[in-house]
Amino acid sequence: MHPILKLIAQRLALGLLLLLAASVLIFAGTSILPGDVAQSILGQSATPEALANLRRELGLNDPAVTRYFAWLGGVLQGDLGTALTNGRDIAESLGGRLKNTLFLAFWAAAISVPLAIFLGLLAVRYKDRWPDKLISAVTLTTISIPEFMIGYVLIYWVAIKWRMFPSVSIINESMTLGAKLNAIAIPVMVLTLVVLAHMMRMTRAAILNVMQSAYIETAELKGLGMLKIIRKHAFPNAIAPIVNVVMLNLAYLVVGVVVVEVVFAYPGMGQYLVDHVSKRDVPVVQACGLIFAAVYIGLNLVADIVSILANPRLRHPK
Amino acid sequence: MNDQLEYMTGQVAKGTMTRREFVGRAAALGVTAAVANTMLANNAQAASHGTPIRGGSIKIGSSGGESTNTLDPALTASSVPLDNLRHLYESLVEVSAEGDIIPRMAESFEASADAKTWAFKIRKGIQFHNGKDMTPDDVLKTMQRHSDENSKSGALGIMRGIENMKIDGDNLIVELGVGNADLPYLMADYHLMIQPGGGMDNPGAGIGTGPYTLEVDEPGVRHGFTRNENYWDADNRGFTDYNEVLVLNDATARTAALQSGQVQMINRVDPKVASLLNRAPNLSVQSVAGRGHYVFIAHVDTAPFDNNDLRLALKYAINREEMVDKILRGYGSVGNDMPINAAYPLFDETIEQREFSIEKAREHYAKSGHDGSPIVLRVADGAFAGAVDAASLFLETAKAAGIPLEIKREPNDGYWSEVWNKQPFCASYWGGRPVQDQMYSTAYLSTADWNDTRWKRPEFDAMLLEARAELDDGKRKAIYSKMGTMLRDEGGLILPMFNDFVDGVANNVGGWSADPNAELMNNKAPIKCWIKDA
Repeated sequence: MHPILKLIAQRLALGLLLLLAASVLIFAGTSILPGDVAQSILGQSATPEALANLRRELGLNDPAVTRYFAWLGGVLQGDLGTALTNGRDIAESLGGRLKNTLFLAFWAAAISVPLAIFLGLLAVRYKDRWPDKLISAVTLTTISIPEFMIGYVLIYWVAIKWRMFPSVSIINESMTLGAKLNAIAIPVMVLTLVVLAHMMRMTRAAILNVMQSAYIETAELKGLGMLKIIRKHAFPNAIAPIVNVVMLNLAYLVVGVVVVEVVFAYPGMGQYLVDHVSKRDVPVVQACGLIFAAVYIGLNLVADIVSILANPRLRHPK
Repeated sequence: MNDQLEYMTGQVAKGTMTRREFVGRAAALGVTAAVANTMLANNAQAASHGTPIRGGSIKIGSSGGESTNTLDPALTASSVPLDNLRHLYESLVEVSAEGDIIPRMAESFEASADAKTWAFKIRKGIQFHNGKDMTPDDVLKTMQRHSDENSKSGALGIMRGIENMKIDGDNLIVELGVGNADLPYLMADYHLMIQPGGGMDNPGAGIGTGPYTLEVDEPGVRHGFTRNENYWDADNRGFTDYNEVLVLNDATARTAALQSGQVQMINRVDPKVASLLNRAPNLSVQSVAGRGHYVFIAHVDTAPFDNNDLRLALKYAINREEMVDKILRGYGSVGNDMPINAAYPLFDETIEQREFSIEKAREHYAKSGHDGSPIVLRVADGAFAGAVDAASLFLETAKAAGIPLEIKREPNDGYWSEVWNKQPFCASYWGGRPVQDQMYSTAYLSTADWNDTRWKRPEFDAMLLEARAELDDGKRKAIYSKMGTMLRDEGGLILPMFNDFVDGVANNVGGWSADPNAELMNNKAPIKCWIKDA
């Protein structure tokens, strides 16, 4: 087998193992949370007998290990079970939420990733001159402000003062793409501002690092143009760290935007997960946790593989 | 003073006096800014009340919604599911804004002389959303579902006093073990929504007799309702074509949505921003004094709180005025260490208000002989909005009286299952009940599940049962007064304040009126209001 295929197969297997370990961790975590599902479902107004009845009905009296393996078996057959709290099919409700989350993440990434790389290249090109300083100052400012604060500021100006885009980003199936994009305009702006700095700085640093190498100097001495040097000689060698940080930010856009979801009432997975954690709805929390873990592991896998492919030393191991 | 205020509101309406001037002069008359603003808003609303207009749609931005919500009335416990219930279902009777019982699915009701047997005559010619006629049998099955010990209904506690239920012609007969003059108030409980077949097959189907039918159900996101063209009481409810409840749990998101016109009503306006929000041109902030109260509760059977002098020391050491001022920003009123206020029928206004007194607190603390070990108060902001701040204020005043209070902050998550009703001293919130009997039986009867102060006094229980079966209002009032005073002087309840319900309403909403039962006109604003420019 080609060493690269072997490497990739190894990575995939490791990823799956990691996913399994994550599912155990998630299950253990949810089991040791204080309070129980029945109490959380019925709330403050629960009477002891209603609690006992609900607990029995939900099968909470079975040992944790039994419940874990029963669930794992279901998942392997594509059955995520039903939510304890409202009896809905988890795969179905989760599917819609996941689609929304990916929709928002996609548009935020589609704008922020090219923008960040472009700004990074621009900063390298004008290193230590005013465009570089301006780009760094602005992006570092926006990453330093908490995301909900950026959200509130944008809501105040864009939604209330100028009335350009809505402050409530609730989308649904029956909306046209245009209407959906209109609804998510402000959260996309917020997320772009939040992730921009990280990717931009990494692009800048990685390329600058390469630009100081001897072979770049050689290229310069050979009389190549600046743009060609960056494109042909510097960028390929800077890809690995850039892809890594891009993937980290994509993962963040999928799994870490619960605060933005709350501020804009966006029906994504983050809020869905938080609701079910506070209700101790273990099957849903596990399903969400598993999906989040899969996204993280999957994107890191992609980053690893891209670095392998981009690195001749890893591509042609001795 | 009232004439003066009325004259002034008229001047504002005519434009000869500005809002700012009005609030300033009202303050000179001893009216807080919060109240003055509401008076102005009410005046503006009253002037434009007029006739209802059909059509258009109302969107409600509401906190208290989660993706775990269901449409099953038995499991309803928060704001968004309540809004949904009011659209879809109706109960036998309802409590009006004035505190009277108004018949709904029941046409009329009557009690035997000992208040033990009640007959509810079921209204005829009403159809469920699925086209079936509503029958007495549906009503009986509904009540049976909620009184089943295996049920998960929040109304189970209420139903326990019922010995037998049966159908007699068009009547539902309810027989009680002990007479209860307030039974209709219990039947108005929001869990007891009439469903076809009692909702035994599919309680969350959303099929009821209400003014709206279910269109969209996305828990934790939005719920949409279209008008029920078959509705029996269409002259009074269900004016808009379509309503939507949007789940906006973030307070800033709610106010932004109202300000930008994406929703017409929001609940729970943060008192901190209420007066600022009220300045926005296209909306008003509506507040109404309710029965909900913010409390610190101590178990009277656990040391050191089993010492009444220590309890009194704590009660005197709390500065109620300051709390209403700083925690509620004036949207509330001071409490008197009993769970009853003037919003309840048969309230005795003459019970003396407990005043903040460092000297008395110190005196009682010395008398209690407490060993000086820290008195731990557990709080979380989930107990009530501003609970942690309120505890800090309490800490400062207690310190001045030499009481070694110590605050332990608990996580919001799990607060109701791990801290409340378990730890001996903690912060809590009570939503209040329509009548005194229900409030006392829920939390101060020896056998109550939620006796969160462990208040177990046979003489108190006896008075409660005596008042319950008493049909003479004068006598009942006297008994309730005695019970309230007893709780005030000996109970484990430290009640610094009653909170107002504070809602935000767009100016193009017609038909708004105050209802002290719950927020958003007892959650009925979307079904009772209309859009003026529809």
